[in-house]
Amino acid sequence: MAVADKYEMVCGLEVHVELQTKTKIFCGCTTEFGGEQNTHVCPVCLGMPGALPVLNREVVNYAIKAGLALESEIAQFSKFDRKNYFYPDLSKNYQTSQFDLPICIKGGLEIEAEGEKKWIGITRAHMEEDAGKLVHSGETISTSNESSVDYNRAGVPLLEIVSEPDMRTIPEVLAYLEKLVQILEYTEVSDCRLEQGSVRFDVNVSLRPIGATSLGTRTETKNLNSFSSVRRCMEYEIARQARVLDAGENVVQETRTWDEGQGITLTLRSKEEAHDYRYFPEPDLAPLIIDREWVEKIRKTLPELPAARRTRLQALGLSAYDATVITQAKAMADFFDEALASYGDAKTLANWIMGDVTRLLNTNQCRVADSPISAKQLAELLALIDKGTLSGKIAKSVLEEMYSTGKDPSIIVKEKGLAQISDEGALLGIIDSVIAANPQSVEDYRAGKDRAIGFLVGQIMKATKGQANPGLVNQLLKEKLS
Amino acid sequence: MTISREDVEYVAALARLELTEQETQEYTEQLNSILGYAAMLERLDTDGVVPTAHAVPLHNVLREDQVSPSIPQEKALQNAPDADEGFFRVPKISLT
Amino acid sequence: MGIEKSVSELHELLAHKDMSSTELTKAYIERIQAVDPKLKAYLTVLEDQALAQAAEVDRRIAQGEVLGALEGIPMALKDNLCTEGVRTSCASKMLENFIPPYNATVTDRLRTAGTILLGKVNMDEFAMGSSTENSYFAKTRNPWDLECVPGGSSGGAAVAVAADEAAFALGSDTGGSIRQPAAFCGVVGMKPTYGAVSRYGLIAFASSLDQIGPLTKTVRDNALVMNAIAGYDRLDSTSVPFEKPDYTEFLVNNIRGLKIGIPKEYYGEGIDPDVAKGIQAGIQTLINLGAEVAECSLPHTEYAIPAYYLIATAEASSNLARYDGVRYGYRAEAEDVLGMFKKTRSEGFGQEVKRRIMLGTYALSSGYYDAYYLKAQKVRTLIKQDFDKAFERFDVLLSPTAPTAAFKFGEKSANPLAMYLSDITTVPINLAGIPAISIPAGFVNGLPIGMQFMGKALDEGTLYRAAYTFEQNTYYHTLKPQLSGEVLTCGSR
Ligand SMILES: [Mg+2]
Ligand SMILES: [Zn+2]
Repeated sequence: MAVADKYEMVCGLEVHVELQTKTKIFCGCTTEFGGEQNTHVCPVCLGMPGALPVLNREVVNYAIKAGLALESEIAQFSKFDRKNYFYPDLSKNYQTSQFDLPICIKGGLEIEAEGEKKWIGITRAHMEEDAGKLVHSGETISTSNESSVDYNRAGVPLLEIVSEPDMRTIPEVLAYLEKLVQILEYTEVSDCRLEQGSVRFDVNVSLRPIGATSLGTRTETKNLNSFSSVRRCMEYEIARQARVLDAGENVVQETRTWDEGQGITLTLRSKEEAHDYRYFPEPDLAPLIIDREWVEKIRKTLPELPAARRTRLQALGLSAYDATVITQAKAMADFFDEALASYGDAKTLANWIMGDVTRLLNTNQCRVADSPISAKQLAELLALIDKGTLSGKIAKSVLEEMYSTGKDPSIIVKEKGLAQISDEGALLGIIDSVIAANPQSVEDYRAGKDRAIGFLVGQIMKATKGQANPGLVNQLLKEKLS
Repeated sequence: MTISREDVEYVAALARLELTEQETQEYTEQLNSILGYAAMLERLDTDGVVPTAHAVPLHNVLREDQVSPSIPQEKALQNAPDADEGFFRVPKISLT
Repeated sequence: MGIEKSVSELHELLAHKDMSSTELTKAYIERIQAVDPKLKAYLTVLEDQALAQAAEVDRRIAQGEVLGALEGIPMALKDNLCTEGVRTSCASKMLENFIPPYNATVTDRLRTAGTILLGKVNMDEFAMGSSTENSYFAKTRNPWDLECVPGGSSGGAAVAVAADEAAFALGSDTGGSIRQPAAFCGVVGMKPTYGAVSRYGLIAFASSLDQIGPLTKTVRDNALVMNAIAGYDRLDSTSVPFEKPDYTEFLVNNIRGLKIGIPKEYYGEGIDPDVAKGIQAGIQTLINLGAEVAECSLPHTEYAIPAYYLIATAEASSNLARYDGVRYGYRAEAEDVLGMFKKTRSEGFGQEVKRRIMLGTYALSSGYYDAYYLKAQKVRTLIKQDFDKAFERFDVLLSPTAPTAAFKFGEKSANPLAMYLSDITTVPINLAGIPAISIPAGFVNGLPIGMQFMGKALDEGTLYRAAYTFEQNTYYHTLKPQLSGEVLTCGSR
């Protein structure tokens, strides 16, 4: 019997997101990624004796913004607490975090997995500081004889988003994570660069027999940093727990760690060793009183969220599929909207963005945000096609030229003399000479062989190096031959 | 005695202190005497009393998101008992 | 010589070029060299740096610049106030070699005011104690009786001022650590309102209770130093944004109509009858000067000691977690990090510090938080309310600063609880966050005793007015400890 026929999986997630501030949460050190070790540090983030924290306003603004996007209540009274535990990457040996009064409570988001829509509850989201980075001398932490500590990351602001245990399948979990990351990216509270560790996942998994109502014993696997690790880790953990239960044994409640290389989870610490964090209110920081005015001010800065944006694009005539693709990433959707502002045909625009533009960007491994072709330039190009200045085919080569030079399409057209010949006088001369050179085809056409006109048009296009306006050529030719 | 030796050993482990036999015994007695005295707080009815975490009530003390200079690496490390190539160095990290 | 003079008198000498700052600084350094081998107030003396700073001030005087009230005045800082480039040890083996990379806000402000830093003075390790016996480095002696403690934890600061080893000093007060040693040594000590003086750069003992304040020879000096150090600081999130007054404007010799409350709970069984008698005489003096004195009650006073020790130790257990041998301070070598942490902390901290870390860790640990820490915070609310109520009727409250005069070395160190109980007259003030000042109020068996005025939050001004009037009408502050020839290897008086 398959695991899924016997057990129901229950999963909840804790997601740590790095907020996109310029400075750390409690000091003015930069949050810039990749500085030389221990150069983005000061007495505050090094936990020097006597140094004191001061809260970064932007961290609170971002937390409120994320909370609103995740349909949470924003607490009117919130405070920081100290979470006490010893670890060498923690410069004060306590983490300044939020315990019983987090800034965001009771939110959620809607996911769609395997064709079904489902609401996933978000219990809370709270602000906290990141720890420093440990570099081990050996392959792994357990085989290293010593480690080195870099506190550049210490004090980088995080939002920890805790979901309800509402997910039942791996596709649901992945849909939740994708949706969550999409919303965070959209609201621009985080750049969500998973490869730089700016989003990390803790996965809580338990199994229970189908039909059971009480929860089984769960394990928590910490610090995963990609969707694929989450998926693999869950597959492993579900199978492992099922084996334990099948054998009539109990799952041990514990914290586990994911070993990417071996593709397995390992015990980090059992519940008995779990930390007694001794939370208490942070005496060095004043509490927050967030009035409705503050919340409304932030609400006004909220961008149109993916769902609303998708609906709007469909109303403009895009298919559900096209609207989903365009709104998948905020940068792409913004590009679309910016182009739409000066080019009104949404469907044509979508086709170009999803087709040639995306292909160009992908070939060059370029992000939409860094595209050398601006949305305005694309709109201009499409307008040139509509005006008859460019044929669709030539427009494609102009687009490539735009990508490599960053020049406006009109300039490229001018420089390379690519404009269609729409001047009747110029065309009539060429038409006359083509007619004169191809009497057989003229005869065929007049005898009723409509296809013969295609050959004549082809000859005219060839003579103009493809720059003749095909519509006009057709029209003039027919007039001449009739 | 309300606080046992085991309690004292547990607390010492939490606080990352290694106590000698004599210290364990002494602290067990002293913590009992101090917390025995503190038991007088139980007499006081504090239902509905709001706890005071800060002597002077302030709120929303915030800083603008502007970068200020960090300190140079050698200054960050000048007090480090063991530093190497710009890092603070620590011995082997045990997972528990 | 000048060293026995008050800050305001020294300012006159400097301003009139009767003496240079260099001469004055040299005189203090000679005094330190003469008496400190016995008194042990100093942990670090900065002779060269002090003389260089003095020379700088003298250049400014020579150029005819107007001299600030503290410019060129030599002073000392408690060794838990960070000084960039100068060892700041907290009197602990843990920070024996710690050189801060930055200045405390008060250090900066006093530097800006043009003061001369003579050195760093002794204290109980991490400010935990009432006798300065908990210093890792030295036992500071009370200049009035070398067999007695100077009080604590700012014992070195009080002795430096009392024995003319500095014109003034800064201490810190978490539960009486400025006021009690000031009382024991016969000087003036102010614990300002929580948040009136920035804590940035004060090595934390208990963050919600710690406050920096001046120890001085006179009330006027105290107001002058407060003028320099008080005021909002954006580096301390608990700093109160308020308009700082000129504290010297409150120095009027007049308390007619001032309403003084006498909280009866501060005169309980622990009070030495001679101290009570001395304070009684002081109260009579105030009545004679026109104050309106009446008894009042602060009913939750007895709960202050347990509430204080639970809150202070809980915060301390967390504040002192950072001393782990990784980034700074003492490190003991071990096989792995856990062992290194444990060994470092066990060897680096003294007994009293470890005892308080244990108590605070216990009070916060799973299952005990509500019964101890949260309960103590609720009691703190009740104690605050007691004061609020009393201040509806009174301008200031008055009590002995400490239940006894200075005690002998070792007398109380064997019993921590007894030592804690002697803080009954000072800790409620820190819990409430209000200001209080201790001023000399007489002698018991040749040892000074202190009288404490407590005031409303940010009303240091009224405390200065009451203290100044009392001082101007009594002689206690004019008496100096007679240091015997044995102490003075090269006599300066
Ligand atoms: Mg967390
Ligand atoms: Zn920093």
